[in-house]
Amino acid sequence: MKAFREHKGIAVPLDRNNVDTDQIIPKQFLKRIERTGYGEFLFYDWRFMSDGKPNREFVLNQPQYAGASILIAGRNFGCGSSREHAAWALAQYGFRAILAPSFADIFTTNAGNNGILLVTLPEPQIEDLQERARAAGYELKVSLLDNTIIDAQGFSSKFKIPEFRRTCLLEGLDEIGITLKHEDKIAAYERRMA
Amino acid sequence: MHFPQTLFDKLWQRHVVHENADGRALFYIDLHLVHEVTSPQAFEGLRLNGLRVRRPERTVATVDHNVPTTTNRALTDPIAARQIETLRQNCRDYGVQLFDVTSVEQGIVHVIGPELGLTQPGMTIVCGDSHTSTHGAFGALAFGIGTSEVEHVLGTQCLWQNKPKAMQVVFAGELPFGATAKDLALGMIAQIGTDGATGHVIEYRGQAISALSMEGRMTLCNMSIEAGARAGMIAPDETTFRYLRGRRFAPQQFDRAVERWRELRSDEGARFDRTVTIDCAALEPFVTWGTNPGMVAPITGRVPDPNSVQTEADRTAVSRALEYMDLRPGTAIEDIAIDRVFIGSCTNARIEDLRAAAEMVRGYRVHPRVRAMVVPGSQQVKRVAESEGLDRIFQAAGFDWRESGCSMCLGMNPDILQPGERCASTSNRNFEGRQGRGGRTHLVSPPMAAAAAITGHFTDVRKWEFKEAQSA
Ligand code: SF4
Repeated sequence: MKAFREHKGIAVPLDRNNVDTDQIIPKQFLKRIERTGYGEFLFYDWRFMSDGKPNREFVLNQPQYAGASILIAGRNFGCGSSREHAAWALAQYGFRAILAPSFADIFTTNAGNNGILLVTLPEPQIEDLQERARAAGYELKVSLLDNTIIDAQGFSSKFKIPEFRRTCLLEGLDEIGITLKHEDKIAAYERRMA
Repeated sequence: MHFPQTLFDKLWQRHVVHENADGRALFYIDLHLVHEVTSPQAFEGLRLNGLRVRRPERTVATVDHNVPTTTNRALTDPIAARQIETLRQNCRDYGVQLFDVTSVEQGIVHVIGPELGLTQPGMTIVCGDSHTSTHGAFGALAFGIGTSEVEHVLGTQCLWQNKPKAMQVVFAGELPFGATAKDLALGMIAQIGTDGATGHVIEYRGQAISALSMEGRMTLCNMSIEAGARAGMIAPDETTFRYLRGRRFAPQQFDRAVERWRELRSDEGARFDRTVTIDCAALEPFVTWGTNPGMVAPITGRVPDPNSVQTEADRTAVSRALEYMDLRPGTAIEDIAIDRVFIGSCTNARIEDLRAAAEMVRGYRVHPRVRAMVVPGSQQVKRVAESEGLDRIFQAAGFDWRESGCSMCLGMNPDILQPGERCASTSNRNFEGRQGRGGRTHLVSPPMAAAAAITGHFTDVRKWEFKEAQSA
């Protein structure tokens, strides 16, 4: 997994609550057996018209957000289906961090397992950041070294993240490797329960 | 002294293999259900890591999401065909039992687990699918996982978990006439919101729950995820044991198992982090009008007016939903005309659901504008339904009678809505485009879907005139 230490990039506001994983990656792209190549399908029905042309209205298609890597989203982001394809699509599109007032449970795990940093901030702060991100070229710097978010215009905030998740992200650890070190305990458990 | 525990506490404690100082636990999984869509990358990862499936006998696979539901089951989509073929190959390579499309036991993963008796009280159950919460109806701790976690469970039979919080939802009073388990679920989500139970495992309790059949309990637990919950569960009782006895994979020494299972309930005085009480008397047959499962109105209600909504964010969400759904504020729910009806999905495609729908349909014809289909949840459900003549009732009325699978619940196979089509659906998600790009989904119970198919608009099932069976 790709490690996350510090990241600076263009921030894009997506001011909708309850963005579900069907929106993040529609079902027609779940038939593939590969783990890569999902970035181009991210938010497909919002990014593209039914004739396949880009929808100019949609925020990700606006020129000022080209290359955006930080998403500022609404409450309950990632709800619905457990499809990890949603996390793959976000990561492969180029998103490294997502900021929101809250995230759905399964999505939280999926994002973590793909090196995407999720930052939970109070709703007023998210609204403030979404407002700031309307300015062209607006950038945020997110650091997992000291758990801070700052911009160049004086915004600064601390955030909390579970310690294990922080360690995994900082070191780019994947969980299977950690678990295999506990093999003896798993075997003992199985004997006890047999 | 013994500290009173919730059902969830008991299941949690029994499955912790190891706990870190920060409380993060390595957690043992008893049963792992696998399907074609969320598993190929997991098996691939296993291969790359040089791992085997740790417990193939605790791993069971089926094909459900992609499979065509037409009689010949012909796969015309080469990408879907490759995904199904990949699952077959993986099951062969790793010794995993597969209920393939030709199996007499094939079906939606959350329908076949229980009906084969694989799902049992006290188990931990996972699947790369959010509606794994369904299995909680048996007093199991069951939740959906992503593909990285599927790989993790395949390789280690464990998962790392932080203990979720415990929540109880108490349904006070009896389920009123005309309301079903689906309406319990929709009523609850309307009350607590689609993120109302985030981070929690719900235990459903109360008189209305004890009175529910296993099918009804599965419907309710199934939709726990629509309230944001990690899982939903119901303590096992006589109804549970009666359902499981004699099923193919039920324990050999069944009575001994039942004795153990009886301990699986929350102790008197056990503490929940949160309690929500729902007054059953206020429940009615519900219809969703918007683009998330919390946007619910009773059949006697009206489409809401965005201007009467409190916060600006909610106002925008309602306006956006109404625009997508092409509905005007103030429209009576009963006046909404529909084009399609889908009776199916892991929420409402079990035998009891089909019986309830057939009861409404008997002796009627589907409205000329409406295209209606019934997709049984499994081959077993289909066979039982046919032995009871339900297929003939549906077909005589003009419904399509299909083979089992997920079908138009998510439209990965050819069963989809066309842009602008409006559907009364017994499934669980009314998200934008869920049943097909531009399609408009209204979630309802099976009787409500059946009634709408006949009249062509939403109709209060409490006023339905049932027709007698024709004597032969
Ligand atoms: S029926 Fe629908 S919700 Fe259930 S498993 Fe299939 S796609 Fe998912």
